Amino acid sequence: MTQVEGEPRVDAVLPEERLRGLFREMLVIRRFEEKVEERFRAGELPGFLHVAIGQEAVACGVCAALEPDDVISSTHRAHAHTIAKGTHINAVMAEMYGKKEGCSGGYGGSMHLYDVARGNMGANAVVGAGLPMMAGAALAFTLKGEPRVAVPFFGDGATNTGAFHESMNLAQLWKLPVVFVLENNGWAESTPASQQLPLAVEDMHHRALAYGMHHLEVDGQDVEAVFAATREARAHAVSGKGPVFMNVRTFRFTGHYVGDPQVYRDKAEARELAETHDPIERLRVRLGVSDEDFERLDAEVQAEVDASVDFAKAGTDPAPEDALRWVYADGTMERS
Amino acid sequence: MAELTYREAVRDALSQAMRGDERVFMMGEDIAEMGGSMGVTTGMLAEFGPQRIRNTPISEIAIVGAGIGAAVQGMLPVVEIMYEDFLTISMEQIVNQAAKHRTMSGGQVKVPLTIRTQGGAGWSPGAQHAQQLEAWFTHVPGLKVVFASTPEDVRGLLWSAIYDPNPVIFFEHRTLYPIKGEVPDTIAPIPLGKARVHREGGDCTVVATGRLVHEALKAAELAEKDGISIEVVDPRTLSPLDADALVASVRKTTRCVTAHEAVVQGGFGAELAAVIQHGAFDYLDAPIERVGAKFAPLAFAPVMEEFIVPHASDVLDAVKKTLARA
Ligand SMILES: Cc1ncc(C[n+]2csc(CCOP(=O)(O)OP(=O)(O)O)c2C)c(N)n1
Repeated sequence: MTQVEGEPRVDAVLPEERLRGLFREMLVIRRFEEKVEERFRAGELPGFLHVAIGQEAVACGVCAALEPDDVISSTHRAHAHTIAKGTHINAVMAEMYGKKEGCSGGYGGSMHLYDVARGNMGANAVVGAGLPMMAGAALAFTLKGEPRVAVPFFGDGATNTGAFHESMNLAQLWKLPVVFVLENNGWAESTPASQQLPLAVEDMHHRALAYGMHHLEVDGQDVEAVFAATREARAHAVSGKGPVFMNVRTFRFTGHYVGDPQVYRDKAEARELAETHDPIERLRVRLGVSDEDFERLDAEVQAEVDASVDFAKAGTDPAPEDALRWVYADGTMERS
Repeated sequence: MAELTYREAVRDALSQAMRGDERVFMMGEDIAEMGGSMGVTTGMLAEFGPQRIRNTPISEIAIVGAGIGAAVQGMLPVVEIMYEDFLTISMEQIVNQAAKHRTMSGGQVKVPLTIRTQGGAGWSPGAQHAQQLEAWFTHVPGLKVVFASTPEDVRGLLWSAIYDPNPVIFFEHRTLYPIKGEVPDTIAPIPLGKARVHREGGDCTVVATGRLVHEALKAAELAEKDGISIEVVDPRTLSPLDADALVASVRKTTRCVTAHEAVVQGGFGAELAAVIQHGAFDYLDAPIERVGAKFAPLAFAPVMEEFIVPHASDVLDAVKKTLARA
């Protein structure tokens, strides 16, 4: 990690207790995603499903380093960000089942998880689309004199969109408090970075350099490193010095979507990657969690996840006509 | 009563809103020192400063997207897209983001964003600087669409658009900027979704928008000489549409012509015709005629431009056509 020049050091080290909390949170996300994958394959969940197995440390490290008032936007791969930003898994699971108790009231689904009270301004199914809106949120904070930051999550594929470049440019031009978090997993669906970027994945900071923007290189499998980098980035951004670009190197252990046969990828290699670069296992070793303690914790987490499925299934189906309820902010405007 | 040009009326609404409410600010290309490509925001930088009158880079995606983001965080942004044609570049943010956030969040957010833009033929701007694209936006649930035709209307409607809790696309027609009109001394907000009857008549209703309101009024004057009495109605807000007012007018006159500058095919006139025939079918004495541009990109040479877009004479011809039906 490169340190931002002239930056006061911030409390970038996690006390052991919080680190243990993050360990649990990462495990909750992992088990949650395994469960939704299972339920999806069983035909219980409507819609498209993308999981972020392997990328948990990015969501958890970033969100842990933010203040409650800070806002994020998420992507099609949204569960981890949403849970890490504080939404209870019951509300996320209920959303997956399209229930009223879901965090978007059943209007969003997996790709449109919102929880405004916890600063999640929405997950987006349009690649890159969250970035300009986070620039706008940061602009609002600047205009109102509020010490908050806006944090879009996005993938390497998204860095090829116009929305990415326009947002980077605008944010740097206006010194907006944005922390751009690139979850650089090297894949955009089936297309490897080598076929979608004129840069190597490790050279993605050039995209920040092009705008004169501060950037940080981060090991995304190390939740402590992600946390520390985000603290630095946040301090920089909120101090009025402008946005920061975080190139967070991570791995997508699974296919692009649940059911992806991954014909484009060497499966043995992917399996090996999952074994050698698992952020949860890494933290387990770091914390010295014994097998016994892990099993106990895991059983507890599994039970919570199972309970979230029960919660979701017992939830309320929206009435069909509820579909017209939130079209306009000043009441329903029905036109047939 | 004061007399203002349409341009001054727009500026007056913006300035008064900004004076009275810290949440209102503007972003757009060249809106600061230069006052925008149409001079609408001239002088506003001096009064409000660069924080609130923001020159943006040429970034239509970011302009609209940042407007949405700021709106969701409690601001009342007014963003300017320099030419209506460039709405196409920000289409994703308008159609997929601004319009849908409220629904997708299950009502957790609202997007009180105003997107001002202008277009229109008349100065030989060519095919990429004069389109009229309002019909596209009326097709999108979650957006409101306004097209104002007079100084009084543009001021009152813009005020309502700024304070509307929804995203509003606000169309101005560039040939209307210099026209003058009486406006009340204090801004009277005009509710979105209310049509205006500009002139009463008994033989045929012309439902017109933007520049064509003025052409329809000219046509009505010409028609009078032939003993034909035309009623001119301007919906002003295209979405939500004041269907009741339009239907009531056509039930009275029993004939209808729709008129806009945009091309006829797939144009908003088709929607108007459908809504009106549904509400006034038993009263209609003739099929509804549609007036609009010919189906071609706008040509540069003045003679061709003239030929493509409709004028008062086209409106009058259409009215006569409906009257010729037994
Ligand atoms: C604008 C747009 N184009 C195409 C898609 C289809 N699509 C969904 S995800 C994806 C790949 C995104 O890759 P990346 O940004 O690297 O994120 P990752 O999937 O690796 O998390 C594509 C092409 C889309 N959703 N939006």
